[in-house]
Amino acid sequence: MEGLIVIAGLIAVVVLATVILSRHAQRGARAVERVRPRGEIEFGERLTARDHVIRSAITSGPGIAWVTFFLLIPLLVMGVMGFVTNNALKEYQATGSLEAFKAKEVKGVTTSAFTLDNYKRFFGYGRLGFNPLYPKILWRSFKLALGTTICCILCAFPLAFFIAAMPAKYKGLALTLAVIPFWTNLLIRTYAWQLLLAPDSLITKAMNLIGVGDPGSPLYPSAGAVFVGMVSAYLPFLILPLYTAVEKIDWSIAEAASDLGADGKRVFWYAVLPQVMPGLAAGITLVFIPAMGQYVVPDLLGGAKMDMLGNAIQRQFGASLNWPMGSAIAFLSMGAVMIALWIYARTAAKRGAEALL
Amino acid sequence: MRKLSPTLWMTAGFMYIFMYAPIVVVIIFSFNDARYGGPWQGFTLDWYRHLLDNENKILAAKNTLELAAISTAISTVLGTLLGYGLRRYRFPGKKVFAFLMYIPVVIPDIVMAVSLALFFQLLRRNVGPFIASIFDFDPFQMGMSTMVISHVTFQIPFVAIVVRSRLSGLDPAIEEAAHDLGAGTWQTLRHVTLPLIFPGILAGAILAFTLSLDDFVVSFFTTGPGATTLPILIYTSVKRGITPDINALATIIVLASIVGTVAATLLQRNPKEGAK
Repeated sequence: MEGLIVIAGLIAVVVLATVILSRHAQRGARAVERVRPRGEIEFGERLTARDHVIRSAITSGPGIAWVTFFLLIPLLVMGVMGFVTNNALKEYQATGSLEAFKAKEVKGVTTSAFTLDNYKRFFGYGRLGFNPLYPKILWRSFKLALGTTICCILCAFPLAFFIAAMPAKYKGLALTLAVIPFWTNLLIRTYAWQLLLAPDSLITKAMNLIGVGDPGSPLYPSAGAVFVGMVSAYLPFLILPLYTAVEKIDWSIAEAASDLGADGKRVFWYAVLPQVMPGLAAGITLVFIPAMGQYVVPDLLGGAKMDMLGNAIQRQFGASLNWPMGSAIAFLSMGAVMIALWIYARTAAKRGAEALL
Repeated sequence: MRKLSPTLWMTAGFMYIFMYAPIVVVIIFSFNDARYGGPWQGFTLDWYRHLLDNENKILAAKNTLELAAISTAISTVLGTLLGYGLRRYRFPGKKVFAFLMYIPVVIPDIVMAVSLALFFQLLRRNVGPFIASIFDFDPFQMGMSTMVISHVTFQIPFVAIVVRSRLSGLDPAIEEAAHDLGAGTWQTLRHVTLPLIFPGILAGAILAFTLSLDDFVVSFFTTGPGATTLPILIYTSVKRGITPDINALATIIVLASIVGTVAATLLQRNPKEGAK
């Protein structure tokens, strides 16, 4: 019975959305038609605004519907789930009845199935005053993501310039070599660091010589191992967009700047850097945001002390079995992603991300 | 202006070593004749032989390939159409959607994974039985079908972006010529546009396939009993302590992705460059 209600609700939402959208579309189409009555010729075809909408529905329609239904709606559902109490969700999981989400009266006290607690807890409100658990995790993730991004930028710049400066004959090879780690399984590249940081590896022995770590024990789990693993995981994500931007640099501008008396530093800051900004911005987006939620690297190379947002989400969905809390954390991380993406879309050209692929 | 200084050579060399050290060490260890890892003990192919004897691993490999093949087929069709539509036709709200399309590209995969796990649970409770009563199959029962749905979701935008960029590299004059010579929309698409963007579609498909093979986090949260994939298998083995045959397995996966990457790179070259 509840199933039917949910389906009816979903259908109603879809129908309503379609009606609103198509009305909106028709109004837009009419407005365009008034200005350009017979449409414009594009790619040898004259299409009216209505044709555009119809053809969009046929071509883009299924893809848009899929992504809406399996990406956007689940994200929204997750956001709502963050407001549900864990008891209500557990009851729902046990019974499958939507009754679970109704307010309940026990001994004259009404308890709602909805609460702000999960979101509040994330920001440090605890039952016994301030509880820094989640703010600390957030701050740690932020520091790690920022450090990873900065280190990746520092590493990627020389490499991007190196590839761009290669003679044409070897450029393809140098670029392909930089692309391969990008497509190599991140899980494998991460656990490989366990092998590289094992007690009897060359790296560990060299580090022991300069006084890092105890001889005979591995260098992980540790903050350093997580950091190295993160940089290694995300470096390719920065190299590719940055390289595409470097490849497009108009060097005559840099030459003009140096002819006009700018020293090397100023040439870089004022004549080269602005030209690679779109690629750099794309790279930063591709590193910083996923790094904030990275879960595999801290899981394999860091211990419990190196818990990041991703691990916190995983724990709520796994061992702690508090899905609403996990949803709240994930949804807030998601919100951060959206804001960052929006800023990126406004400030940098979209070309960077496209060039990556 | 452009010179390769020795410092740049050294730095770049170091970066390549840094990126390849993890890959190389896994490959080397897969041939190491030592039961519990550790230093080099001699060359062996035993770990590869072990793999062939292990039914779980064969099954996981089969699942992984099946999952990648099915999801790539679906996402290539939907993604190509989407990329074509977004490039060619206008509709109100297109800008918003073009923006939303970048979400799966940057979103932390765990966020997507848990939101899907949650969503599937709701669907399984309230929509699944309804579908099952009609088709005798509940697609939201955690397992292969939920993983396919999830993979298609993150693959579509990638395919669409690749196809769209291939389309934007196309000279509009070619299609204009087709129309001028009397070809209709469908004929132009079938005989002119599709053959021209085919390398882009193939590159998108290879990309989608690789993404699916590589994915661990989304699969881990949307899988069900009996539907283990290789990355999940590797993760659980690594958590328990690495066994050498995992290195052999990883080596095979790494080599497969190298072949895929090289193939995709060759395909994705500009039409002008490609016509040597």
